[in-house]
Amino acid sequence: MTERRLTITRAVDTAIRAHGQETYPHECCGALVGKNDGVTAVVDAIVPLPNTTEEGPRRRFLVRPLDYRQAEKQASVLGGELLGFYHSHPDHPARPSQYDLDHAWPTFAYIIVAVAEGTARDMTVWFLKEDRSSFDEGRLHHGENTDSHPAPAVHR
Amino acid sequence: MAKILIPTPLRPYTDKRDAVDASGTTIGELLADLTRQHEGLKAHLYNDQGKLRSFVNVYVNDEDIRYLQKEQTPVKSDDTVSIIPSVAGGAPTAEDVRSVRRQPDLTGDEYKRYSRHLIMPEVGLDGQKKLKAAKVLCIGAGGLGSPVAMYLAAAGVGTLGIVDFDTVDFSNLQRQILHGTPDVGRPKLASAKDRLNALNPNVHVETYETALTSENALQLFEPYDIIVDGTDNFPTRYLVNDACVILGKPNAYGSIFRFEGQASVFATKEGPCYRCLYPEPPPPGLVPSCAEGGVLGVLPGLLGVIQATEAIKLILGAGEPLIGRFLIVDALRMKFRELKLRKDPDCPVCGTHPTVTKLIDYEQFCGIRPAAPEPAIVNTATDITPTELKQRLDRGEQLQIVDVREPHEYQINRIPGSTLIPLGDIPKRYNELDPDAELVMQCKSGKRSAQAAEFLRAQGYKHVLNLTGGILAWIDQVDPSQPKY
Repeated sequence: MTERRLTITRAVDTAIRAHGQETYPHECCGALVGKNDGVTAVVDAIVPLPNTTEEGPRRRFLVRPLDYRQAEKQASVLGGELLGFYHSHPDHPARPSQYDLDHAWPTFAYIIVAVAEGTARDMTVWFLKEDRSSFDEGRLHHGENTDSHPAPAVHR
Repeated sequence: MAKILIPTPLRPYTDKRDAVDASGTTIGELLADLTRQHEGLKAHLYNDQGKLRSFVNVYVNDEDIRYLQKEQTPVKSDDTVSIIPSVAGGAPTAEDVRSVRRQPDLTGDEYKRYSRHLIMPEVGLDGQKKLKAAKVLCIGAGGLGSPVAMYLAAAGVGTLGIVDFDTVDFSNLQRQILHGTPDVGRPKLASAKDRLNALNPNVHVETYETALTSENALQLFEPYDIIVDGTDNFPTRYLVNDACVILGKPNAYGSIFRFEGQASVFATKEGPCYRCLYPEPPPPGLVPSCAEGGVLGVLPGLLGVIQATEAIKLILGAGEPLIGRFLIVDALRMKFRELKLRKDPDCPVCGTHPTVTKLIDYEQFCGIRPAAPEPAIVNTATDITPTELKQRLDRGEQLQIVDVREPHEYQINRIPGSTLIPLGDIPKRYNELDPDAELVMQCKSGKRSAQAAEFLRAQGYKHVLNLTGGILAWIDQVDPSQPKY
């Protein structure tokens, strides 16, 4: 199987890391917005979302349906589509947990950023396998900023 | 008939359409029709029990069906039904993984098999289900791995992983009870799997025929709740420790040497890790391995069973695990001592400011050069092969063979006519050797004798040869009647 690639702009990379550091020791979460022409997927904006989990935000995040809808709207305002979500793992490696797997949607790219002691470190991207048995790790590629919209485009 | 709006991640299953018409008078019927039309949606909308997944939200117009009549909610033809994701996830902890996992039911056979567990208050049905849901990874299918895997399988641990890449050797059978005499020459994982399946077919045995490395450790450990370290070398021991700390998985540790053993539980959230106790590895060669120093055959049984006990206690959440305690077993005196261990705030991996945050090169860390192939060329000026030695002896040449092994090794086998001077005695006894005689230094495999030869040359001995391959090669090439060890 070929490895799936996801390109993110420098600004998106910076914005995800900043969001993870800002909410540390809690998990951050947000939507990935960009374009996918079927060959390459490029994330050029993020929509930071509130973490509404009631199970302890140090280890969990939840994007409610209403916020999901909001993110979808924002994506179309930005002229892009929803390509996936990102979240942070405070003091844990940037690898998906069983809980991540149990709650994953197909197709979406899941970016995880490890935030150790308040500093963002590894960033990885994952795609759910068709049979939901596990994730495939994708390749995160750093592209240049596009001029169309600076990221992050939207604030909470 | 009503229109169902499909969210982005599910559109690949609906031929990229964002809305699908489906027929039915309730949400349940509508979704059933939708998954009939688009089979691929089923696995993502419903769980194994046929219930809507918790993160799948269905709205009729703007109302969540959870607050209406759930799947019985009636739908009119002009209603708009939307499937809206909630997106959830989070960082793993071993406890989370266990609690999230479904509690499996026991089969009739399992009720009988585990009846002595089921009547114990500390285990009971709940505990036995926890064991069945648990996943334990054994590093190594050798001395420690054998009793660990066998007792965990017998106890009903649902998934047992084993990492090993060795084949069964005769010298393993004195202690590695996973393997039997007919298994000699087979991969250890093959005989382990046979043995464990025969012991308890309810256990899922997952085997990984690979050396544990910094590249694969995190991925191998990820699906497991507890790691049991049954390794026999320092690089792997540090690797297991660091990977456990990084992933937050407890390490049921054990090690053995001759009559002595050690056990502890490392890398739990609250407790210390192996590096809190030993921040640095010993200099290479200082601590002999079991292959070099020997080990009492039952000792891994004793220690492995302690590791298995600790793993089971961690799964059950029962009793006081060996966290922050270091157990030292002296089987010769049959004494158990316990040292208190504290988490070191300056520990390079589990301290408050860790400097090791990803896996490193552990061979280098332990001062061991990557295994370079032994030089194939025999230095004819200083080495002699067993065949050459035999030829020269047969010609009646005067050669003095000096065996530098220990007396108990000399008892097992020897080259006729050899003189025994253990390596450690050479510096004080070398003057027993004639400086003008031609000497052939010999040990088990040629390493110790090379040191002795080096030493003698430095003392001015001119005719010192080293027997390449030692007594083992002598037996192979010259005298197969003698036993090997």
